[in-house]
Amino acid sequence: MEKRIPCREELQNALLARCTGEEVKKLRNAEVAVAGLGGLGSHVSVFLVRAGVGHLHLIDFDKVDLTNLNRQHYFISHLGMDKTEALKEQLLQINPWLDIKTSCERVTEENIPRLFQKADIICEAFDRPENKAMLVNGCLELFPEKPLVCASGMGGFGRSNAIVTRQVGRNFYLCGDSTSGIEEGQGLAAPRVALCAAHEANQILELILNDTKKK
Amino acid sequence: MIVNGKKTAWEAGLTVESLLKAGNYRTDRVAVEKNGKIVPKKNYPTEEILEEDQIEIVSFVGGG
Repeated sequence: MEKRIPCREELQNALLARCTGEEVKKLRNAEVAVAGLGGLGSHVSVFLVRAGVGHLHLIDFDKVDLTNLNRQHYFISHLGMDKTEALKEQLLQINPWLDIKTSCERVTEENIPRLFQKADIICEAFDRPENKAMLVNGCLELFPEKPLVCASGMGGFGRSNAIVTRQVGRNFYLCGDSTSGIEEGQGLAAPRVALCAAHEANQILELILNDTKKK
Repeated sequence: MIVNGKKTAWEAGLTVESLLKAGNYRTDRVAVEKNGKIVPKKNYPTEEILEEDQIEIVSFVGGG
């Protein structure tokens, strides 16, 4: 059967079957920057695009490798590709009318202002604790008015209900169980990482949809 | 003072740096909020904590 790409209106109308026109508009206008496209960031991005978020900025310096396939949203066909490109390709299969920016570079204290200036909401989705801390400190210092959604503690399996979302500061949200790190040697598995990613994406949706400021 | 939601013993002259040290935190893995505002890393040695302050220390663990 011939595959036809649905037009923008068709996709928009499909979304309208699930939420109100006002919600669709807020989601379509929102821009989210996702920092790190591993187990967290790849799933967060997929969830946000399915939900109708219209503008994404994908940030990661890394390429897809074999050890990613146990938990990250990539396939064999993506091995060796930049994660930014591999994820963009998938997201456009969900919504070809998305506006996606990609930055294939390492986030440092120096480039935080340039990379995150434009986003409405920032999603921290790194792997290493030092990088998480660097981004969180940098963003909260530079952009105290921008919501920041982070994750810490999603190692191992089971204990689904230990994963929570907590508002730490006025614009600072933390998802995870806060304690289960890879440091304890318990590894990372798809379900618990995706659970945590779903918490992040769900918090981001809540921030977009509850935002009373008109864009 | 309140640290991570718990009433904690305070002493005069306490700084963010000394509080982190006493709790065996790794400063390169934390974010600290004082009364709802982020404390810049460079201020840790000088940022004094008062008895009425509320402190949140987020210590990140690896994985993502």
